[in-house]
Amino acid sequence: MTSFRNRIIATTLSLGLAAGLAACSAGEAQVQQGPDPEGGKAEGTVELWHFFSGREADAVAEVVADFEEKFPDIDVEVRPEQDDEKMRQAIAAGKGPDVGVSYSTAVVGSFCSTGAFQDLGPWLERDGVSEDIFPKLVRDYTEFDGVRCAMPMLADSFGLYYNKTLFEEAGLDGPPKTAEELTEMAKKLTKRKPDGTIEVAGFVPTFGFYENTPSGFGAPWGAEWLNEELDPQIAEDEDWAEMLKWQKDLVEWYGLENLNKFTAGIGQQWSADNAFQTGKIAMNLDGEYRNAFIAAEAPDLNYGTAPFPGPADKPELYGAGYVSGSIAGMPKGAKNPEAAWELLKYLTTDTEALVNLSNSLRNIPTTQESLASPDLNTEENFQTFIDIFQHEHSSTTPATRAGAEGYTGAMADFTERWQQGMVENLEQGLAEVDQQMTTDLQRSAP
Amino acid sequence: MMTTTPLAQRAASPVPKKHWRRRLTVLAFIAPAVLGFIIFFIYPLTMTVFYSFHRYDLLSPPQFIGLSNYDYFLNDDPRVWQSIRNTLWLVAILVPARILFALGVSQVLISVKQGVGFFRAVFYLPALAPPVAATLMFVFLFNPATGPVNESLRFLGIEGPLWFNDPNWSKPGLVMLGLWGVGDVMIIVLAALLNVPKEQYEAASIDGANAFQRWRHITLPTVAPVLMFAAVTGVIATLQYFTQPAIAAQAASGHATVGGGVGGLLGYPLGSTLTFPQWLYVQGFTNYYLGYASVLALVLFAVAFIFVLILLRQFRDTFHAK
Repeated sequence: MTSFRNRIIATTLSLGLAAGLAACSAGEAQVQQGPDPEGGKAEGTVELWHFFSGREADAVAEVVADFEEKFPDIDVEVRPEQDDEKMRQAIAAGKGPDVGVSYSTAVVGSFCSTGAFQDLGPWLERDGVSEDIFPKLVRDYTEFDGVRCAMPMLADSFGLYYNKTLFEEAGLDGPPKTAEELTEMAKKLTKRKPDGTIEVAGFVPTFGFYENTPSGFGAPWGAEWLNEELDPQIAEDEDWAEMLKWQKDLVEWYGLENLNKFTAGIGQQWSADNAFQTGKIAMNLDGEYRNAFIAAEAPDLNYGTAPFPGPADKPELYGAGYVSGSIAGMPKGAKNPEAAWELLKYLTTDTEALVNLSNSLRNIPTTQESLASPDLNTEENFQTFIDIFQHEHSSTTPATRAGAEGYTGAMADFTERWQQGMVENLEQGLAEVDQQMTTDLQRSAP
Repeated sequence: MMTTTPLAQRAASPVPKKHWRRRLTVLAFIAPAVLGFIIFFIYPLTMTVFYSFHRYDLLSPPQFIGLSNYDYFLNDDPRVWQSIRNTLWLVAILVPARILFALGVSQVLISVKQGVGFFRAVFYLPALAPPVAATLMFVFLFNPATGPVNESLRFLGIEGPLWFNDPNWSKPGLVMLGLWGVGDVMIIVLAALLNVPKEQYEAASIDGANAFQRWRHITLPTVAPVLMFAAVTGVIATLQYFTQPAIAAQAASGHATVGGGVGGLLGYPLGSTLTFPQWLYVQGFTNYYLGYASVLALVLFAVAFIFVLILLRQFRDTFHAK
């Protein structure tokens, strides 16, 4: 009996010890790798992870090849198609890349506050790179709590694509300037089969479809997620409610089931069968990158671009839109920080690199100099998005410790219930979203 | 078979030494299993309990927050109850449906006289299809606008539902996918049915038992252990159901992409396909609340444990009590 008891005690103690050791190792914070004040030699191999795939990955590879030509002592190993979830897990396991590119500004708050991406302030200071080279909006969304842990590497702005051929057929001569006009035009442009199902949609207003997000629709209405204290203001900011009412009116005109059946039968967003590209949708909200997809996959499409319209009573907002972008940083535990910094600096501040990337990916370059570069391809359909990007009322999802998913998720769920007709009282529903967002934001507070 | 040794003899004998050597040998033989059990079960379970009381994001040191994670689970998590309801729905419908279907198909297969091999292969083959490919194919077959299923229904004058695009039909769609790939259960049920001694049927027939009585009193008790095995493994697998609903949601939503991660697309439409382990994944690896994900993991462990206990007890009471 005694020996049995001893065994129990021994087992418990060893388990406790194991747990303690694991907790210590898990919590062992790695030290920030600062720059060599003398400016160490950048050489050796660096690993670059990014999320681009296919044609876009080829464009990144070309710019990386330019870098290797300029810095012959540095070899870059590129790993495309990596998402944030994988990158974060690799960083935590000490196997992250030297330079990581994320598709979303949403991770900035979380990556900065946890130290997943290192503070780049000392590197910028040592090399005399001023943050003023970036426009204010991208400067803001790439830092958190005064820590610059990420550099902007190309931006996305969202606007309206419209099919000029379908517009001509419907007797329309230009894109809508207000949300009300968009509704009228969508109705005119929609073609239905004899059984009432949709053959061509003027505009698909359902949330969750392609790029239809609360941010994408909300920004041109002037709707903002958080106030200056970073508290949610969904119920307080009436623009959200107005935008939602406008959206639901159009959903009801089509009939949600009709829309769902239509969207289920059309091509995937990222395939060559994208419904705007195949002429099944006359107007669509999308990012500037769609220009490149159209050029590659539907070169004969006769289309135009314009800002996504907002309410008629706020004409000053016309031209604004939702802005987001890719970011790049140096993960904690980067194996070759000097060379990593050189690559990071090149990809995010070198005018030629940014212009080349922009011209091939059709993303918006993120330094003042590259935006003004005469080499930048500013054909009309792309210029629209540069203008949206630079519009004074354009907005983004503010960085928080919880990331953007951490607080926008509640609204995304709500908008889906809203369009299903499951919300009886809009004001009360939005107040509940605020409450949920507050809870979600507080969870990540230190 | 026990023998006794006189006390004086025992004190002088080398038996204890031998005993120790024997013990060490035994220990050496079981050490790999014990080590495996500690490393892969006891240790992770202990750490899961440890993290459930902490805020932990993989990168910063764990921070003790008492019962906050449990409080969030019970009171504030907006989607966890939906994911629990979905998972329980699947356990209640998918598992029995697959077992009954496998039993039905096997029963038919043993009575087929010609082409036995062909039919067995036809029903087993879908189980070999990789889950991702099978799910994608199913979503396209059931596409409400262009899929052959609704096309056929339309031909018969029936307007089919939106299937994976309708919150009310997405889970039944997954059940059909599970029935199509029933081969894994069918193969063991079929083997069990073929094992039922024929003489018993003959004896029962002579005694005047009808077909149902023969099935109830001979077939069922013989295949019951296999059905129980299918139920236990089925419940555990369904509690961990992840891939099929994730792929169905991604494909049906029209957003299938590289680089976007999986977290944001789970549950489409309207959270109807969000399962408990998916929500655990989102909390742990999309939102990096590893401490909270540990709470969910413990709940999953406890529920699976209780389910299996109930099933095993039910089985013992029904078939062994007599």
